[in-house]
Amino acid sequence: MTATLSRAEAAVAPAHELAGTWHLTRLALRRDRVILPIWIVLLSVVPASSVNTFTQFYPTVADRLALQAGANANPSYALLYGPPFDLTTAGGFIAWRMCGFLALLTGLMVVFTVTRHTRAEEDTGRAELLASAVVGRYAALTASLLVAGGASVLTGLVQAVTLVGAGLPVAGSFALGAAEALVGLVFTAVAAVAVQLAEYSRTANGIGTAVVGAAFLLRGAGDSTVDARWLSWLSPIGWVQQVRAFAGERWWVLLLPLVFALVVGAAGYWLLPRRDVGVGILPPRPGPARAAASLRSPLALAWRLHRGPLLGWTIGTAVVGAVFGSIASGIGDLVGSSPQAQQIFERLGGSHALTQAFLAAMAGMFAMVASLYGVQAVLRMRGEETAIRLEPVLATSVGKLRWAGSHLVFAFFGTAVLLLSGGVFMGLANGLRTGDVGGSLADTLTGMAVQLPAAWVVVALAVAIFGLLPGFSAAAWAAGALALLLSLFGPIVNLPQVVLDVSPFQHPPKLPGQEFTATPLGWLVAVALVALVAGLAGWKRRDVG
Amino acid sequence: MENAISVTGLHKSFGRTKALDGLDLQVPAGEVHGFLGPNGAGKSTTVRVLLGLLHADSGDVRLLGGDPWKDAASLHRRLAYVPGDVNLWPNLSGGEVIDLLGRLRGGLDEKRRNDLIERFDLDPKKKGRTYSKGNRQKVAIVAALASRVDLLILDEPTSGLDPLMEATFQYAIQEEREQGRTVLLSSHILAEVEALCDKVSIIRNGRTVESGTLAELRHLTRTSITAELAGPPNGLAKLANIHDLKVEGNRVRFDVETRSLDEALRQLTEVGVRSLVSQPPTLEELFLRHYTAEASAK
Repeated sequence: MTATLSRAEAAVAPAHELAGTWHLTRLALRRDRVILPIWIVLLSVVPASSVNTFTQFYPTVADRLALQAGANANPSYALLYGPPFDLTTAGGFIAWRMCGFLALLTGLMVVFTVTRHTRAEEDTGRAELLASAVVGRYAALTASLLVAGGASVLTGLVQAVTLVGAGLPVAGSFALGAAEALVGLVFTAVAAVAVQLAEYSRTANGIGTAVVGAAFLLRGAGDSTVDARWLSWLSPIGWVQQVRAFAGERWWVLLLPLVFALVVGAAGYWLLPRRDVGVGILPPRPGPARAAASLRSPLALAWRLHRGPLLGWTIGTAVVGAVFGSIASGIGDLVGSSPQAQQIFERLGGSHALTQAFLAAMAGMFAMVASLYGVQAVLRMRGEETAIRLEPVLATSVGKLRWAGSHLVFAFFGTAVLLLSGGVFMGLANGLRTGDVGGSLADTLTGMAVQLPAAWVVVALAVAIFGLLPGFSAAAWAAGALALLLSLFGPIVNLPQVVLDVSPFQHPPKLPGQEFTATPLGWLVAVALVALVAGLAGWKRRDVG
Repeated sequence: MENAISVTGLHKSFGRTKALDGLDLQVPAGEVHGFLGPNGAGKSTTVRVLLGLLHADSGDVRLLGGDPWKDAASLHRRLAYVPGDVNLWPNLSGGEVIDLLGRLRGGLDEKRRNDLIERFDLDPKKKGRTYSKGNRQKVAIVAALASRVDLLILDEPTSGLDPLMEATFQYAIQEEREQGRTVLLSSHILAEVEALCDKVSIIRNGRTVESGTLAELRHLTRTSITAELAGPPNGLAKLANIHDLKVEGNRVRFDVETRSLDEALRQLTEVGVRSLVSQPPTLEELFLRHYTAEASAK
C-alpha cells in the first residue's frame, strides 16, 4: 500500500513541479511581445544583409586576398572580430566580422530575458502571487528558459535561412545559425544559475552580463596573441568562431556549447530548491542600527546606491584596459609573413602607427561601453520613481532638481571615471611594454578624453527621455544601443555617411594618431547640454510617479 | 488662524481618467482629520497633490500657508509623510532609512526615535528587503513621528500592522494630538478613525460627499427600529423617509431617517407599543451608505 502510494506520488511529483509552466510561458511571451521580436529581427537579419556589401567592396579574388592579408596584418582585428579563417567568400567574411558580436548581443538578450521573468518577478513580489496559485516550483524558471532558449533557437534558424536565401552555402549557413543558437542556450543556462545566486535582479543581470563580457574578452585575448590561443577555447563565444562556418565547418565543436548548456542549466535546477522564494544563495547580512553621520544628503544617498555598480564597472574597465594595453605594442609582431601582408603593414605606417590606431579604436569602444553605464545610472532615477522609493525622499525638504542632480553626478562623472580608469590602465600596460609610460599614458588619456563628450551625448539623451517621456525610459537603452550598432555594423552593411553620423561616436578625432580638432567636441558638448537642460526642465514640470 | 490644509475645487486628470473632480478639504490646525473613501476614490491622488508630487489641473490648494507645488522643499520641513506602500532601499538598514529621512527633513528627535523603535518593536539592523510589509510600514511611521513637524500626512499607515501595533500607533497619534500637531489620516480601519479623528471627510469619485464630526454624520443617517405593537400598524407605509419596512402581524421592522424619527414613533405609540428596539447606525453602515453609488446620486 505504502509502496503504491509513494510510487503514485513519485509519478505525480515531476508533473506537479512544472505545473503552470505553459501559462507562465504565454504570460512571458505576452509581456515580451515587443522587445523580443526587435531583438530577434535585429540579430537575425544583420548577417544576410551584409552579403551585398561584401561582393560590392571585394568583387575580385585579388581584392579578397588583399583583405585576408590585411586582416592577418592587424591583430587588433582579430581581437575585435575573431580569427580570419577564410575571407575569400562572403560567408567566411560574415562569419569573421559578425559571429563574436552576434554571440555577445544574443548573450545579453537571454540574460535580461531570464532575469526579467524570474528574479525580477520575485523582487516585485509578483512571483509570490503566482506561487500561491497552482504553479510548480520549477515552472517560472522553466518558462523563462523556454522563452529565452526559444528566442535563441529562432534567431539562429532565421540567420541560417536568410543566409541561404542570400545565396550562401547551406552547410555554412546552418553551421553559423546553429552556433549562434547554441551560444544563446549557453548564456541562458548561465542566467539560470545567476538568478539563483543573486538576491536581486540587478545583481543577477550583473553576474550574467559579466560572464558574457568575460567570454568575449577571453576569446579576444586568445585570438590576438600567439602563445595563448588556447584561451579562445575556454570561451563559449570562442566556440562559435571555432566552428569555422563557411571555412571548412567543424561540426563537432557544436558539442561543446551543447554539453556546457546542459550541465550549467542542470546546476540552475539543482540550486533552485536550495533557496527560499525571494532570497538568494548568497545570504543578506544585517546592517547598522544607526546611519553614519555622513548619510544626510541626497548626494550621500545617491552614493550609497551608485557606489557598488560604479566600483564594479571601474574594475571592469581597468582590467579590460590593462589587457588591451598589454597587447597594443605587440600588434606589429603578428603581421602575416606573406609579402602582401608586409606591404599593407608598411602602408599602414608600421608598428607604431598601428599601435596608435589600435589605442584610438579602443578609446572609442570604451566610450560606448561607458555611455551604457551612464544610461544605466540615469535610468536608476526612473527605477527609484517607479519603485515608489522616491516619494518619501521628495516628501522631505529635498527638491526635485537637487535629487536629480545628485544622481546625475554619478551618471556624468561616473562615465568620466570609467574612461579614466580604462585609459590609465591601458596606458600603463602599454607603457610598461614599450618603456615609455609617460608618452603612452598621454596617448591613451587624450584618446579617452576626446571621446567623453560623445559618451555624454548618449547619457544626456537618457536624461531628456527621463524628463520628457518617462513612460518610454527603455528608449534610452535603444538610443545607446543604436549608437553602438551604427558604429559596429554600420560600415559593414554599407550605410551612408549621413546615417553613420547619427552616432555621436563618429565625430571625435581618433586620438592618438589623428590631428586634434576642437570643433566636433564643442558641438557634442552643446548637444549634450541642450538635452540635459531639456530633460531637467521636463522633470521639474512633470508629475512624479 | 489659517487652516493647515485648505483645498477647494481641486481637479486632476490622468489622460482621460478623472481622478479628482472638484474636491474640497479643510483641515484646521491642531485637528486630527479622517480622510475616507472607497478604493480609487482619489485619496492618494489628493495626498500626492498636497505633497507637491502631482501638479493640480485646477483648483486652489494651500498647505501650511504655502503652495505645495511651488514651495515644496520649504513646506516639507514642516510636515512628515507615511505612504501606504512603503518600499525601502534593499541595501540600507531600517535604522539608516529612519535617520536619513529625518535628516533630509531637517533633523529628528533622538529620544523619540529610540522610544518609538522600542515601542513598535522594530529591529533597525535589518536591511530593506528582509522586512515584512508591516515592518516596512513601521520604519516609515517611526521616521515620520520622530520628527518635530507641524503636520503629519498619513496615507493608510496601518494597513499592514497587527492589532497590538495598531494600538501602539493609536497611542502615538494621541500623543501627537496633545502636542498640537495637525494630522490628515487616510484610513479604512473604522475603529481607528473613530478612536482618533475629530472630523472626517468622505470622498467618492474624486469629490467630497460629506464632511463633519462623526456625530454629525450619524445624524444624517438612519436608525433601525424593531417593535411589537398592540395591533397591526397603520400609516407607517405612507410616511416619507421610511425604508425597508417589514410587517408580520403585530411585529414591525423598518429603517428611518433621523429627521422623521419623531413622526414614526408617534405612529407607533398611537397603536400601542409592547416592546421596542432601536439601533443607531453602525459606523460600517454609515460608510457603506456613502461608499455605494446610490448615496452619491442623491
